[in-house]
Amino acid sequence: MPVITYRQALNDALAEELERDENVVVMGEEVAEYNGAYKITDGLWKRFGGKRVIDTPISEAGFIGLGVGAAMMGMRPVMELMFWSFAYVAYDQIINNAGCVRYMSGGLINCPLVIRGPANGGTNVGATHSHTPENFLANTPGLKVVSPATPYDAKGLMKSAIRDNDPVCVMENTLLYGDQGEVPEGEYLIPIGVADVKREGTDVSLIAHGRAVLTALAAAHRLHEEFNISAEVVDLRSIRPLDEETVLASVRKTHRAVLVDENKPFCGVSAQIASMIQERAFDDLDAPVQRVCSLDAPAIYSPPLEALQLPTADRIIQKVLAIS
Amino acid sequence: MSVTRAEKPKKTGRNPVDYATAAINADLTKEQKLGFLADMLRIRRFEQASLKLYQQGKMGGFLHLYIGQESVAVGTLALMGENDHAITAYRDHGHALVVGMSMNECMAELLGKATGCSKGKGGSMHFFAPDKNFWGGHGIVAGQTPLGLGIAYALKYQGLKGCCLTYLGDGAVNQGVYHESLNLASLWDIPVVYIIENNQYSMGTSLARSSASKSCLAERAEGYNIDWDIVNGEDLYEVRAKTWDAIERAHEKCRPTVLEIDTYRYYGHSVADANAKKYRKPEEIEFYKQNHDPITLWENRLKEEGILDDAGLKKIDEAAKKEAAAAVQFAEDSPFPEVEDIFSDIYYEVDMGTESGQTGRHFFND
Repeated sequence: MPVITYRQALNDALAEELERDENVVVMGEEVAEYNGAYKITDGLWKRFGGKRVIDTPISEAGFIGLGVGAAMMGMRPVMELMFWSFAYVAYDQIINNAGCVRYMSGGLINCPLVIRGPANGGTNVGATHSHTPENFLANTPGLKVVSPATPYDAKGLMKSAIRDNDPVCVMENTLLYGDQGEVPEGEYLIPIGVADVKREGTDVSLIAHGRAVLTALAAAHRLHEEFNISAEVVDLRSIRPLDEETVLASVRKTHRAVLVDENKPFCGVSAQIASMIQERAFDDLDAPVQRVCSLDAPAIYSPPLEALQLPTADRIIQKVLAIS
Repeated sequence: MSVTRAEKPKKTGRNPVDYATAAINADLTKEQKLGFLADMLRIRRFEQASLKLYQQGKMGGFLHLYIGQESVAVGTLALMGENDHAITAYRDHGHALVVGMSMNECMAELLGKATGCSKGKGGSMHFFAPDKNFWGGHGIVAGQTPLGLGIAYALKYQGLKGCCLTYLGDGAVNQGVYHESLNLASLWDIPVVYIIENNQYSMGTSLARSSASKSCLAERAEGYNIDWDIVNGEDLYEVRAKTWDAIERAHEKCRPTVLEIDTYRYYGHSVADANAKKYRKPEEIEFYKQNHDPITLWENRLKEEGILDDAGLKKIDEAAKKEAAAAVQFAEDSPFPEVEDIFSDIYYEVDMGTESGQTGRHFFND
């Protein structure tokens, strides 16, 4: 099977969907002639032309709103945010318009819009560029939120997001763009709302999404090597809709759960998962559910410290050992 | 072609320019002209009936009445062709009725009934009829301005000769997203027509206290290289003539326009606000009612033209009142939505029972 980067997997997904459906357009800052600030759209403008791949001015509220209006008319715009942090200036368009228009219209309208871009800390760009708003977005009924951790998932989820008839927020990660992984040559889709067990184990469940999945996998490897603890790693892949059953099946097997989340802890995604586990698998637990989140402060710039602010394998291992 | 406010005809007597002879008006039939009157009266009688329901405590939330501004919706929306679309803000009852939504579905929506146009899920500010090219009904000031842009963008993308009439109030012109939309509209040659319904007050703050300008609000379009004009909203002929110029510009040149239509609302921003008690004097409202009421002015015009008499007027008005009364009855007799209806119309895929709508949990109550 070919090995490609997460970036190339996203690029392939966009190209295949642009090819497949003329209602798909790709829009955002620097996505066309500059080939993308992070080169996710590399070559698409040259291949598909300026009608399909469009540079926008720096106007997130304006162009996201334009995308919502076009989606209401049956187009399938894929809007790039250079950083999901910039969504905050387009919040009204995302929440009130993309997220609520179907409900406000009693189901007369749907909004097949994709908003995508990186949502991560860890690149020393300061708090304003390091937000992880998947919890805010998933708090809005009407929006869907996915967070792929691998090239394979990135491609399959992006294609599903574009074909979905509801607004889907795709949370990527600049630190993953260069990661390589196996991706089949033929077409495939990964359904939104289906989690994936990335590593089987029997002693503890590490439950994560996005890059935290890789941190959890690194921790699982060391737990096995250094402590003979068998950790299972569950990748949520989709935050909303949420595959609760895969999470619960894992917890019922291992009886212990450590949730790993690059969100801040307060009202973060893992808070929802913790609540769900205690409600539905309380009797299966042999220890309290633990969480490893980003440290609860704005993202610090200082490079060595920011690395510690995000969840680390060390912190995961400490939590696991504390309940083992 | 743009004029400054200083050059604008004063609001007394007949305009020096008689827009009745404009091409878009010259061929109007008697039936069409009476139809405009009927539509304006339908809006007014509908809203007066809704106000009673509000005062009786039968309605939740806000009620933003359009009374006083009827000529704007009727004058502009009646020009829509097959591929023309419209979107507005929260003062949306008039637009909804003119595009052909029924009084029944609108009144039922106000009462939060299952038979309402949004099944009781949207309320007064959120009327929609995509089948009539009407895209709402939006609650956040200026939030609809990029949506109208996107609708017009889609029309152009699809190769259709159409436009999107995108309404906003005078208070909305100070929101950033409106300016972002103007920039994009001009930059990308998008066939959108922004229609500022300037009713002189953004909620309780007068125009003079809220907006900086040289002469008028539409003039800001100049900075984006967008054609603009100001319109005397009490003259239906002028509203039609100038809006048609903008629609033709969109159709033929794929260029946007900003129109500022001067108008006046008699009630508060919503009927819950202080209105005449705080930010304007009752005498001001009375002056407009006596001298600038768009319905009275149109009635007088049609009488002058010899196509309306008192008996004819009474007949049209009675029909509007009767229709509004029937809508009240329909709304009151209709059932409320069921509790389980709370969870539909959120995700298309769930509503349709597609495969995508069945993977994972979408809603998180017990």
